[in-house]
Amino acid sequence: MSFNIIVLAKQVPDTRNVGKDAMKEDGTINRSALPAIFNPEDLNALEQALSLKDKYPGSKVTLLTMGPPRAADIIREGLFRGADGGVVLSDRAFAGADTLATSYALATAARKMGDFDIIIGGRQAIDGDTAQVGPQIAEKLGIPQVTYAEEISEIKDGKAIITRRIESGVETVSCPLPLVVTVNGSAAPCRPRNAKALLKYKNAASLTEAANDEQKKAMLEAKPYLKVDEWNAAYVDADLEQCGLSGSPTKVKAIENVVFTAKDARNVPATDEELEALIKELIANHTIG
Amino acid sequence: MANFYTDNPELKHYLTHPLMEKIVALKERDYADAEKYDYAPVDFADAMDSYDRVLEVVGEICGDIVAENAEDVDHEGASCSDGRAHYAAGTKVNLDATRKAGLMGMSMPRRLGGLNFPVTPYIMAADIVSRADAGFENLWGLQDCAETIYEFANEDQKQRFIPRVCEGETMSMDLTEPDAGSDLQSVMLKATQKEDGSWVLNGVKRFITNGDADIHLVLARSEEGTKDGRGLSMFIYDKRNGGVTVRRIENKMGIKGSPTCELVYKDAPAELCGDRKLGLIKYVMALMNGARLGIAAQSVGISEQAYREALAYAKDRRQFGKAIIEFPAVFEILAIMKGKLDASRSLLYECSRFVDMYKTYEDIAKERKLTPEERKEMKYYSKLADAFTPLAKGLSSEFCNQNAYDCIQIHGGSGFMKDYACERIYRDARITSIYEGTTQLQVVAAIRHVTTGTYLSRMQEYAAEPFNEEDAPIRAMLEEMTKLYADAVATVEAGKEQAGYVDFMARRLVEMAGYTIMGWLLLGDAQRNRTFAKSLRVFTRWAQAQVTAHADFIARFNPADVDSYKA
Repeated sequence: MSFNIIVLAKQVPDTRNVGKDAMKEDGTINRSALPAIFNPEDLNALEQALSLKDKYPGSKVTLLTMGPPRAADIIREGLFRGADGGVVLSDRAFAGADTLATSYALATAARKMGDFDIIIGGRQAIDGDTAQVGPQIAEKLGIPQVTYAEEISEIKDGKAIITRRIESGVETVSCPLPLVVTVNGSAAPCRPRNAKALLKYKNAASLTEAANDEQKKAMLEAKPYLKVDEWNAAYVDADLEQCGLSGSPTKVKAIENVVFTAKDARNVPATDEELEALIKELIANHTIG
Repeated sequence: MANFYTDNPELKHYLTHPLMEKIVALKERDYADAEKYDYAPVDFADAMDSYDRVLEVVGEICGDIVAENAEDVDHEGASCSDGRAHYAAGTKVNLDATRKAGLMGMSMPRRLGGLNFPVTPYIMAADIVSRADAGFENLWGLQDCAETIYEFANEDQKQRFIPRVCEGETMSMDLTEPDAGSDLQSVMLKATQKEDGSWVLNGVKRFITNGDADIHLVLARSEEGTKDGRGLSMFIYDKRNGGVTVRRIENKMGIKGSPTCELVYKDAPAELCGDRKLGLIKYVMALMNGARLGIAAQSVGISEQAYREALAYAKDRRQFGKAIIEFPAVFEILAIMKGKLDASRSLLYECSRFVDMYKTYEDIAKERKLTPEERKEMKYYSKLADAFTPLAKGLSSEFCNQNAYDCIQIHGGSGFMKDYACERIYRDARITSIYEGTTQLQVVAAIRHVTTGTYLSRMQEYAAEPFNEEDAPIRAMLEEMTKLYADAVATVEAGKEQAGYVDFMARRLVEMAGYTIMGWLLLGDAQRNRTFAKSLRVFTRWAQAQVTAHADFIARFNPADVDSYKA
């Protein structure tokens, strides 16, 4: 028994060490001022994928990241830790995407990859903290999702057995494949880079990265396993209207410092009516909208 | 989010020593493996980049995982039940991380699953691991034993055991017995050959570090009726075959995460490693030399830990309206700690390069005949490695104890409490000058090179190197120390007819040699990298005072006075 696993990973600015120039005047993040890192919860997600690969030998772990060409760092980091390959989804058409346009682009890429059993991502990225992309991808692909996962313990009879972190403890659920899982930061930390994989893939690069480096180009030619795939919008048959800024209804009005204070918690039954009622309520009291 | 490699630029200074180019070219057989293995380097720059990257992984694991677990591991300790030893929870996490990172069998050849690292970057990893948790270094560092299998076992044994070590199985070297500690000739564990030619072991071993390991090297008496070292052979015991139980583990003062076991062998099946009767006289000696270099690295790592804890506390702690580091009594201690740390590290890597040079030639000699020049070079470095190993082990372990003591002193009353890391460092440090041969035994191994002139001629080679004009006063001090040493050796040689006199003075002479050599080495370091200039000055002044005191003691001593020291 083996599975095709896609790990969604994002290169994010390290917002854990933020300086004064972290934000631009238009309210977007000044990415050049912050070191780019592997989104922490995506590392937890990668670990879940790699442990499944340990349990089910022959399984294949493929990273998928959307970003500028330098996001190939994410693919290399994954290869160093035991992933089998990865794709950088990169196109100017994707720039300025909010979560809706991002999930659209990633869903088209996942569809292009085709035969997957599980898509695993971190719960949320530390730059936007929305936790929306994973669930939206599941919706767009029309497959079930399990959020706040702490451990994908096994896959049995076509179903994944997953422990999720909930408010007052944990619950274990089972969910048919294929599915999307988003992993919580409280899950097992990712394993370290492996020395042999590190030395094998240290020169891995995308064609864009190798563009001005004849030596690197020759190396990618001689050792094709070093080539990091780059896909653009056309390759994944994306509808440009739904990509990037044009596909993003979100507009940033202003940035302000907010300290969250949890006042009360409510459990809402997972039915369309209940959720709609909640959304209306939140719009009415200006929490959202 | 600490990285114990990248936060310590001194390490890279030693990694990039000029001799490395030759070491790596030899170790990589001119980069022939690149054709066969996708993780082998294609040239020197590529190899150095690989060492650098792997050490960065070591540094990250040590900073983020091993160091973070050290306190809990110390409190929980290892345990023993049902005839087995059990690691503390944190130790298991550490082992899992180093296994997944592929940091086992680092120096083994690629064909057996290793990374084919030279000794120097491997020892650097040991230095880093020891800074994070000295007790964990004992478990991780026992991968050294694979070296003995690689050097002396047959090809079939290499193929069966070494890949397992590279995959993360742990090792132990079962030498000590209740009545055979420093004196290993007295080993009694009995090896009996059965009619089918196979061997079984019976008896007891004591004080065995990681004694419940997966693969053991065992020193046992294979020749019935013999009493000395010539009746001992080396065996490999595989835990999968059973026959050895852990009777108890010691309740130790330090390195508590490392289980120190008493082992009972009951008809334990084992296989002979190498030739009969060479167990002690050849294999254990080789094993010990590797292990001693490992303890030197452990000592340097502990020194680093002690210095950093002391420095941080001295900057933070305020008394009389200022940070205590501003008081001369405190900053002097810290400067000397750093001087000793840098001096012992410089000696450690000088020694590891010597080991790299001769061991690699030895290995090449198994594949082809060495040229006369190569043979000459091998002998040259083999002798230096033999001379520098006891020096590095003996002196770094004493320095790390001194630094651990001073670390507590800087902490004052707080240092005596269990709240700070310094008390653990102090307890962990204490064993380094005892196991794998006490300092006193290192002196016994080193004195030969005092009397035959190995140390002196090496000092003269250092003195012939070019140096920065700015360092002229220090160089003059080192010249003077070298002369004091040479004179003291001559004085002691002249009195050698007096029974016990040379042995009585041996420690002083070895210390004089060691301190002077460390001074010369720091001078060399400062030529390549000015960040060593401060330690060079501080350490050489300290060393000169010690050397002068010893010289004075020897000059004024009447050989017949040895009698007045006898109990």
